[in-house]
Amino acid sequence: MSVLDVVAIRKDFPILARTVRDGKKLIYLDSGATSQKPASVLDAERNFYETHNAAVHRGAHQLAEEATVAFENARANIAGFIGAQTNDVVFTKNATESLNLVAYSFLNATLKSLRGAPLPAGAERFVLKDGDEIVVTEMEHHSNLVPWQELCAKTGAVLKWIGLTDDGRLNYADLATVITARTKVVSFTHQSNLLGTINEVARVRDAARAVGAIVVLDACQSIPHMSVSVTELDVDFIAWSGHKMLGPMGIGCLWGRKELLASMPPFISGGSMIETVTMETSTYAAAPQRFEAGVPMAAQAVALSAAVDYLQNIGIDKVEAHEHELTMATIAALREIDGVRIIGPTDANDRGSAVSFVVDGIHPHDVGQVLDSLGIAVRVGHHCAWPVCRRYKVPATTRATFYIYNDLSDVQALAAGIKQAQEFFGSN
Amino acid sequence: MQLEQMYQEIILDHYKRPHGKGLAESFNAEVNHVNPTCGDEITLRVTRDPADDQKLLISYENQGCSISQASASILFDQLNDQTLQIGEQAVDHLVAMLQRVEEPNEDVLGDGIALVGVAQYPARVKCALLAWMAWKDAAIQALGNEVSTEGEK
Repeated sequence: MSVLDVVAIRKDFPILARTVRDGKKLIYLDSGATSQKPASVLDAERNFYETHNAAVHRGAHQLAEEATVAFENARANIAGFIGAQTNDVVFTKNATESLNLVAYSFLNATLKSLRGAPLPAGAERFVLKDGDEIVVTEMEHHSNLVPWQELCAKTGAVLKWIGLTDDGRLNYADLATVITARTKVVSFTHQSNLLGTINEVARVRDAARAVGAIVVLDACQSIPHMSVSVTELDVDFIAWSGHKMLGPMGIGCLWGRKELLASMPPFISGGSMIETVTMETSTYAAAPQRFEAGVPMAAQAVALSAAVDYLQNIGIDKVEAHEHELTMATIAALREIDGVRIIGPTDANDRGSAVSFVVDGIHPHDVGQVLDSLGIAVRVGHHCAWPVCRRYKVPATTRATFYIYNDLSDVQALAAGIKQAQEFFGSN
Repeated sequence: MQLEQMYQEIILDHYKRPHGKGLAESFNAEVNHVNPTCGDEITLRVTRDPADDQKLLISYENQGCSISQASASILFDQLNDQTLQIGEQAVDHLVAMLQRVEEPNEDVLGDGIALVGVAQYPARVKCALLAWMAWKDAAIQALGNEVSTEGEK
């Protein structure tokens, strides 16, 4: 018996009523890529446009006031979800932009410092020199790897990484050698989008803190699925996206430690992020507005806030318990099938709800195609984490990810579908 | 069932027993093409035929899904030791067939007409085209290049 009433929950998601591929029931196992949206989230976005629509933080008419209040209330609600203070949460386009915002803060501080341009007090923590080091892990999504590669190429900093063990965990023994006195940033994922591994944040954070490095956490795959508290995690930045947690596309978040946000130069510049502007120069607003140039995504913020309400009504601990049950059932079911190998941890500890696997003799694309023909939506490929595939010597994987609207019948359908693929391709 | 329209027996045969796989040591051009959304890869070499240097010999190594593997095998059957002109006609027709603007023409594509089912799945069209685009790239280069031998590059 599940901890969630999945039948009731499914009724809240209009898309789950549709069929795919000639009338098949949709079995959506791709929430790790993007989640489906409940009606309350869609209604919140529509309601904003129908009743309060105006550009926020400009204009003094009633609609502008209402829109601004709705936008800032949404920020407060979303910040509260992870125990953060309201003004320490910056809205971005997505988590990729959140991570780029941090990476570009280093680049912009470094460039301005070289030219002697004005910088906020404390910005020296973001100034990089030749030979400074940036540390990531081998399990990062490209969004937490490529921006740091780019930063290194532009500044002369050196990229290093913490490796992985054969069973899909971080190799914590690397911390002692990879993180050094030259390390300026350690940026890593809370939960691997491919392996499902949940990392021991405190262990990595403490090693980074010991050398004075800034700690960045990619929480895209954790915040939608488990209780996350900024005070407990005690890192410096947390990046996540709205669309993976029942919210709309087009909005992501960056939480930053207040004093760090205050010491960062702007990333994208233009309207609404300024304090004063002359023809020669400008000064900048305080965070979060400093990092929110242009008319922001108010309708999406309001909808994301409705997604937070939806998750809180269910209870995030119940979400986690439900997904854990499905994850362990999936791992057990896949291990029963000859020729199927799970890429990632198979034990129950620190195990999130992304399950990647390979089927001997059948390429993931072909596995995915057979599953799709049965109405089962999975992700196939390298999941924007190509180095992880290389590490485990697989060209790609098939990945099932779960959320509140999945149940054990979906797990059974997945297992049956894999067996059907084996039959179809005659591999087993 | 739609699935069987894409995975016709002939495609599965080419996938399980690919023709011409394995790289030649000497070649005029080598290319490496990838499908970045899924990680399918092909390394393809084109060597001008010593008997007629307008004809192009093909060798390749690849990894990927059944469609990309079968498609490379079919490419080998159709275009090995053919001219650029004949090959480009085949590539153009394959693209048009997958965009559903031309009916399959067996004279031009041989077993490649069995790839027509892929047109129903836009996400797989790249898989079917990977080897053919790699060939076109390598063939054009090969006609302008001197021969090189592995290890000397």
